Amino acid sequence: MTAKTLFEKIWDAHVVAAESTDTPAILYVDLHLVHEVTSPQAFTELRERGLKLRRPERMLATLDHSTPTLPTAANGERPYANDEAKAQVAQLESNCREFGVALHGWDSADRGIVHVIGPELGVTQPGMTIVCGDSHTSTHGAFGALAFGIGTTEVGHVMATQCLLQRRPKTLAIHVDGQLPQGVGAKDLILHIIGQIGVDGGTGHVIEYRGPAIAALSMEQRMTVCNMSIEAGARAGLIAPDETTFAWLQGRPQAPQGAAWDAAVARWRRLPTDAGARFDREVRIDATAVKPTVTYGTHPGMAIAMDAPVPPARNAQEKRALEYMQSQPGQPMQGMPVDVVFIGSCTNSRLSDLREAANVLRGRRVASRVRMLVVPGSEAVRRDAEREGLHQVFTAAGAEWRVPGCSMCIAMNGDLAQPGQLVVSTSNRNFEGRQGKGARTVLASPATAAASAVAGSIADPRDYLVEVAA
Amino acid sequence: MKPVTRIHSRTAVLADENIDTDRIIPARFLTTTTREGLGRLCFHDWRYQADGSDNPAFPLNQPQAQSCAILVAGQNFGCGSSREHAPWALLDYGIQAVLCSELADIFRNNALKNGLLAITVSEGEHRWLLEHPGSELAIDVRGEFIELPDGGRIAFQLEPFARHCLLHGVDQLGYLLQHADAITRYEQQHQEQVA
Ligand code: SF4
Repeated sequence: MTAKTLFEKIWDAHVVAAESTDTPAILYVDLHLVHEVTSPQAFTELRERGLKLRRPERMLATLDHSTPTLPTAANGERPYANDEAKAQVAQLESNCREFGVALHGWDSADRGIVHVIGPELGVTQPGMTIVCGDSHTSTHGAFGALAFGIGTTEVGHVMATQCLLQRRPKTLAIHVDGQLPQGVGAKDLILHIIGQIGVDGGTGHVIEYRGPAIAALSMEQRMTVCNMSIEAGARAGLIAPDETTFAWLQGRPQAPQGAAWDAAVARWRRLPTDAGARFDREVRIDATAVKPTVTYGTHPGMAIAMDAPVPPARNAQEKRALEYMQSQPGQPMQGMPVDVVFIGSCTNSRLSDLREAANVLRGRRVASRVRMLVVPGSEAVRRDAEREGLHQVFTAAGAEWRVPGCSMCIAMNGDLAQPGQLVVSTSNRNFEGRQGKGARTVLASPATAAASAVAGSIADPRDYLVEVAA
Repeated sequence: MKPVTRIHSRTAVLADENIDTDRIIPARFLTTTTREGLGRLCFHDWRYQADGSDNPAFPLNQPQAQSCAILVAGQNFGCGSSREHAPWALLDYGIQAVLCSELADIFRNNALKNGLLAITVSEGEHRWLLEHPGSELAIDVRGEFIELPDGGRIAFQLEPFARHCLLHGVDQLGYLLQHADAITRYEQQHQEQVA
């Protein structure tokens, strides 16, 4: 048998009709995740055409993007940003009722950011094909699932047929050699990788992250890495399932149980890329060279070690980006004054991320000029964090502890920064205006974000962790 | 979808590289539940000044860019989110084709599914197009070429199925639904996976 990559094994197992010169493959979708922003037009189209959902039990819906992260008022009103946001959420609620889709809505104990709750519930499993009208669906690739974002028209296709028309993408192996240094995390690694290969470095490809530094990552860290694959333009990001994956999944509510679990694990063990399988492209990254990394421009590829000088602009667009950010070529980002710190988003809002931030904040105060928002990724994360008392660490430090949602990652629920403000953010996009019109975003790890909140300027978390240890 | 066979227009140029979907339509406008009427929001934060008036520095606000249906954009146009609101907004704004040396995958997919011609050309041709705003072009979908003002041609390639759907106005969902039997067979053969 020919040696296959992880991607090829999953792809081949889901082909309903093979591709030809004239037609794309018809690819079967195992799991379809849905949220309020990219689904309404698809439900409308189905209704207008008199179509039903083919496999509603393979869908999971949640509320996350337009939802307020402040608690419900005494009169029961939720503090929506505007009537449109409120209507959009109401529409998903009624669509799910009408079409028979399981919705983790306001009354669910499991509501949260779609890419946080899928894994948490154990619905995300190795070898699956997973789609969502959301580009950060790549997050689920951490489990060795082929997971990617689709547009709303395709959301309709999956609803009606459980299938998509797809051309087979190319494969890109990113080997990460060595081990990450102490105090450097998954977020630093993925920002470093995108800084190396560029925001279009993965276009047309599915990335498989490989090598000792990847194998050593926890599941949460793997999700952080795969989450940002789309920021390198990749169709999806994958990491081979291993013992870390199985241990994390076992016992989750919707993971297989008993004999079915054993059978599933036996199947999943056959997924990793075979020795001798070929990728279309390969890149090598040295983990030992990664430092706490931040962005200095207006896309995630403009990333450097925080103590390295900001490179000069190479063209008019980079010049505009540096001016927008008020980054100074020749100066490091470290030390730049900060107005807002945001800890949250499907990149970094899981329990381990909150612990990482809390470790820096414990016994310290957020600088008086800084507003800090901590938004857990899901109700489960919120519960676990409160059980450990993390919320008290945050509030004692002067940060706001919020209800789960996308919040300031996309700033469409009213959580946003003011024009000109500098936000150190654990999210995934530093595009112009992403966190509010005119707001400036610096992407960073939870530890860096917390250290910057305390310092009032972009700061190296290793300085803070050392002090605590001493 | 209406068939798209030929587009004839002058070009407007947005030379910035990596124009992301947040710039095409900012996220705060995504609370809409319809596809319609997004043209007025297209490039919103770039196109208007703080007081709501047109930003004279935005290239598409120039008099010579008015009524141009072909947009020549800097490399990697449409990167970022999967929001189909981006092609919906562009189409409603009057853009019928985007020419670029490289396009983000999801954006290209979404665009073609809505009849917005998302076309990649070589770097050299792209450079020429960027340097010649206002060029009168004709894009021929059947022949897969762009006719230049001097009668010269730039060849391009569309994914064959996307091209077929554009030319004949084929509804891709309808095409998928015709394969219902194959899908059922697949589900029966993959019980363990599809349990
Ligand atoms: S947290 Fe941000 S990136 Fe993730 S799903 Fe929400 S809006 Fe998208």
